[in-house]
Amino acid sequence: MFVYIFRKILNTLPTLLGVALIIFVLFNMVGGDPTYQMLGKHATAQQVAEIRHEYGFDQPLPMQFVKYLKQIVTFDYGRSYATHQSIKDMILSGMGPSLTLTLPAFFITTIVAVLLGLLVAYFRGKWIDKLAVILCVFGMSVPMLAYILFGQYFLAYQLGWFPISGFETDWAERFQYVALPILLFFLVSLGYDVRFYRTAVLEETGQDYVRTARAKGLSEPVIFLKHVLKNSMVPILTNIVIEIPFLILGAFLLESFFGIPGLGGITINAVNNSDFPVLKAMATLTTFLFILGNLLTDILYTLVDPRVSFK
Amino acid sequence: MTQIATSVTTENLSVNETGSKGRSLWSDALKRLKKDKFAIVCFWVIIFYALVALFAKFGFIASPWEETVGSAYDPPSFSSIKLILGTDIFGRSVFYKVIHGTRVAMSVGLVSSLISVPVGVTLGAIAGYFGGWIDDLIVWFYTTLSSIPHIMLLIAITFIMGKGITAIYVALGVTAWVGLARVIRGEFIKHKSRDYVVAAESLGATHLSRIFKHILPNVSHFIIINLSIQFMSAIKSEVILSFLGLGVQGQPSWGVMIDDAKLELSRGVWWQLAGATAAMFVVVLAFNILGDALRDALDPKIK
Repeated sequence: MFVYIFRKILNTLPTLLGVALIIFVLFNMVGGDPTYQMLGKHATAQQVAEIRHEYGFDQPLPMQFVKYLKQIVTFDYGRSYATHQSIKDMILSGMGPSLTLTLPAFFITTIVAVLLGLLVAYFRGKWIDKLAVILCVFGMSVPMLAYILFGQYFLAYQLGWFPISGFETDWAERFQYVALPILLFFLVSLGYDVRFYRTAVLEETGQDYVRTARAKGLSEPVIFLKHVLKNSMVPILTNIVIEIPFLILGAFLLESFFGIPGLGGITINAVNNSDFPVLKAMATLTTFLFILGNLLTDILYTLVDPRVSFK
Repeated sequence: MTQIATSVTTENLSVNETGSKGRSLWSDALKRLKKDKFAIVCFWVIIFYALVALFAKFGFIASPWEETVGSAYDPPSFSSIKLILGTDIFGRSVFYKVIHGTRVAMSVGLVSSLISVPVGVTLGAIAGYFGGWIDDLIVWFYTTLSSIPHIMLLIAITFIMGKGITAIYVALGVTAWVGLARVIRGEFIKHKSRDYVVAAESLGATHLSRIFKHILPNVSHFIIINLSIQFMSAIKSEVILSFLGLGVQGQPSWGVMIDDAKLELSRGVWWQLAGATAAMFVVVLAFNILGDALRDALDPKIK
């Protein structure tokens, strides 16, 4: 078990280094020198030199790369171009609002989608199943932006069931503000998720152990909830991890629409302000969290399915 | 002798029963696909979108879209085809903008596929066929690339290359090949030690001819399956990127239209959002259904 975990951690090292290299090449080499973008066309030579020195663009590339690696390790990404705030502080203060939105959204969506997937698979081939699959495909095809815009317009603006946008740190009010974004996240993800979990479950229902369980006289709910669900955990976990980047980015479109000051909002502001260091930090952070998520899943696999271990 | 004859007849019989005698994978799949009425409709929907895009590009229809056809925010009316979806803030026809948005969406799907398919197939084939350090290197490269959350990578590339449609083509092209490369690599690993490849090798076929002439045709249906998914996700990504202001500039795009609609909705102007959303919904739905049907028809093992 520990050997397996250790080997998995060792395996991520080349990926981590590769990610650092790709982001560095993108931002420091392809992106070139963003000084002029920051200062505008009428900058004096002295201003340019100062900025270049402050952000280290006057150093040779290998030195810049070492500096970037140091930033990753120390979690100190310097200051934003646009707001001159410390990026570390920006990220730390954005984490809370993001998680307030994404964690409940993610848990509610996953639990409901898995249960619906089981239910639909239980009715396989019947009209309920067919209808559900059609609804899923329709739901998947509606653009995410349309869900958000129509939801905000009808449910918040027209009907006044939810606040249109904003955020409060106070817990009771906090959930009032994230309720609609959570609902929309749920609706956006539901189609794809239910269909995915239905397929994962159906793949298991043809297995021998299901037939054995039936022959033993177990009731269908017991077979589905106890045996099939357990065996479908590997694809379910995989799908959960695939959705982690979405989770970390705090469903960034939702945050931006509803004025939630989370990581997604920071990213969108950085795009609008051409804020190089913030974007670079966000790209690095989300990637590393994603790799961490992958690692955790690999470890969880061994808990839900002992056969995975020691390969 | 009789024994052999019987065994041959039974073999023939069993082949006839499955109905696949003398039929290639492709004609077989086509037959299966034709039974799927929905899939056929979806196929023609996509062809229709492609034709609209092509006609719009050459100025046969919806030209010029910049022309003022009414006052600002005229609601939809049936008095003229130009006004069927109303007008935008500058009095331009929303219907024409939807058509030109189709052109942008389809071109993004096409160009990004033209970049990503050759890259994905070649790298996947080389990795799977040769194995060893080449495989390690290619797998490392695409694992790394796919570790960066897709939307972050797209934002980073378009942001760095400067806004515009070229940046979107490149960003989607260089990110979309990973999925295909993974599948092709897996198939090549399965196929490279099969008898027909070994036979080709003993007849003196070079590596190159074994990869492209012998194995590739046997796994090429995965390219088709992948293509419909890729096309659709390219269209979706273009809309998001254009919405964020990183996409097409000075041209109508569904994403830009939806971005405009953000402020229009509170004034009760819903037609720009409805037009762009409906156009996008139909084509994405068509790709979703066709993609499923293609997978069922071409790769019957996966259900």
